[in-house]
Amino acid sequence: MVKAIEATGIAVVHICTIVPISQTVGANRIVPAVAIPYPLGDPSKTHEEEIEIRRAILQKALKALMTPIKEQTVFN
Amino acid sequence: MTYRIVHYINQFFAGIGGEEKAGVGPESRNGALGPGMAFKAVFGNEAEIVGTVICGDGYFAENMDEAGEKILKMIADFKPDAVIAGPAFNAGRYGTACGAVSEAVLKKLGIPVVTGMYPENPGVDMFRKSVYIVETSDSARGIKDAVPAMSKLIMKMLRGEPIGSPADDGYIQRGVRVNRFHDKIGAARAVDMLVKKLKGEEFKTEYPMPVFDRVPPAEPIKDMKNAVIALVTSGGIVPKGNPDHIEASSASKYGTYSIEGVQSADEVAYATAHGGYDPTYANTDPNRVLPIDVLREMEKEGMFSKLYDYFFTTVGNGTSVASSKKFGSEIGERLKKDGVDAVILTST
Repeated sequence: MVKAIEATGIAVVHICTIVPISQTVGANRIVPAVAIPYPLGDPSKTHEEEIEIRRAILQKALKALMTPIKEQTVFN
Repeated sequence: MTYRIVHYINQFFAGIGGEEKAGVGPESRNGALGPGMAFKAVFGNEAEIVGTVICGDGYFAENMDEAGEKILKMIADFKPDAVIAGPAFNAGRYGTACGAVSEAVLKKLGIPVVTGMYPENPGVDMFRKSVYIVETSDSARGIKDAVPAMSKLIMKMLRGEPIGSPADDGYIQRGVRVNRFHDKIGAARAVDMLVKKLKGEEFKTEYPMPVFDRVPPAEPIKDMKNAVIALVTSGGIVPKGNPDHIEASSASKYGTYSIEGVQSADEVAYATAHGGYDPTYANTDPNRVLPIDVLREMEKEGMFSKLYDYFFTTVGNGTSVASSKKFGSEIGERLKKDGVDAVILTST
């Protein structure tokens, strides 16, 4: 899906937990997530802390979308 | 002599449980278990499954290095002559685990190993060059064919017999070239092929071209403050009740849902339809997969101009590459038409 959307010329950032799978499939802009059942959260934390985690990942995603790249890039 | 074989399987095939148990760490048991019983029947007296090593797919995916080391030690403790892993069919995390375990066994223990997967399993691309992966069907229904094929290959290796071509021995191409003598020289064979092609007859190439399925990176967003961003997920978040009946695995469709005015993907209105991970955390707070709440805050703060009025969702669990491509193309076309600048796609 990432590739097919990007093929239309729209930049896509893939937020996912298993980065090697995303790389194999061919996403170009990759932001690592927290865990498979909660990529943008962490149930062991308070709600406020979770919001911070989510915001940090999404800020990285926006940064990835603004960054010129020539090849697959993981934004850690 | 009877060869000693260790079998690697996941929590599901070990009978421990489904997704709710995918977080269990590595453990070791004596003898054959689950699909190992089918292997045992085929091996007869020639080989014995002395032990089974089990790990939850989620645990392995999230702790690859640590889990890999533990599993390798558990395998080595059985002093095996060979290892079989899976088959994993089209289960992505299981395939990745089987591939990684197999590769580690080859490199660190130096004994024969065979696994089995469906060609579209992401584990295939990651490990087919280093590991013999028997081609299986996409679901456990294919166990009847997978077990004899994997057994045949591992026994050949144990007996020191030469391994045939991928077509002969049923494994996925590893990108290895083998020299052999032909009756006709290359030029004559090429002309034969060309004549057949001109006549419109079927011919078989000796060197299939690899498919480079890559998309060049799109141009970055220069002016994020004025950008429209769309949210897409393969994590299966849908309006509660799953109105379009998106399948829990092998999805044949995606959903398009309005989020105009929606401030948060709360647990009252949304839930996951995904059958490939423990849904507890996503159902408690769907924002953990579809982060509408924080994106709305960022939109208000002016970090970007607007969150697109619809989100697109499907279940990325065993969903075929062909379906995913189709979904992506349709979604991309629509977003382009509506002037969306960038996409955030979340996966579980």
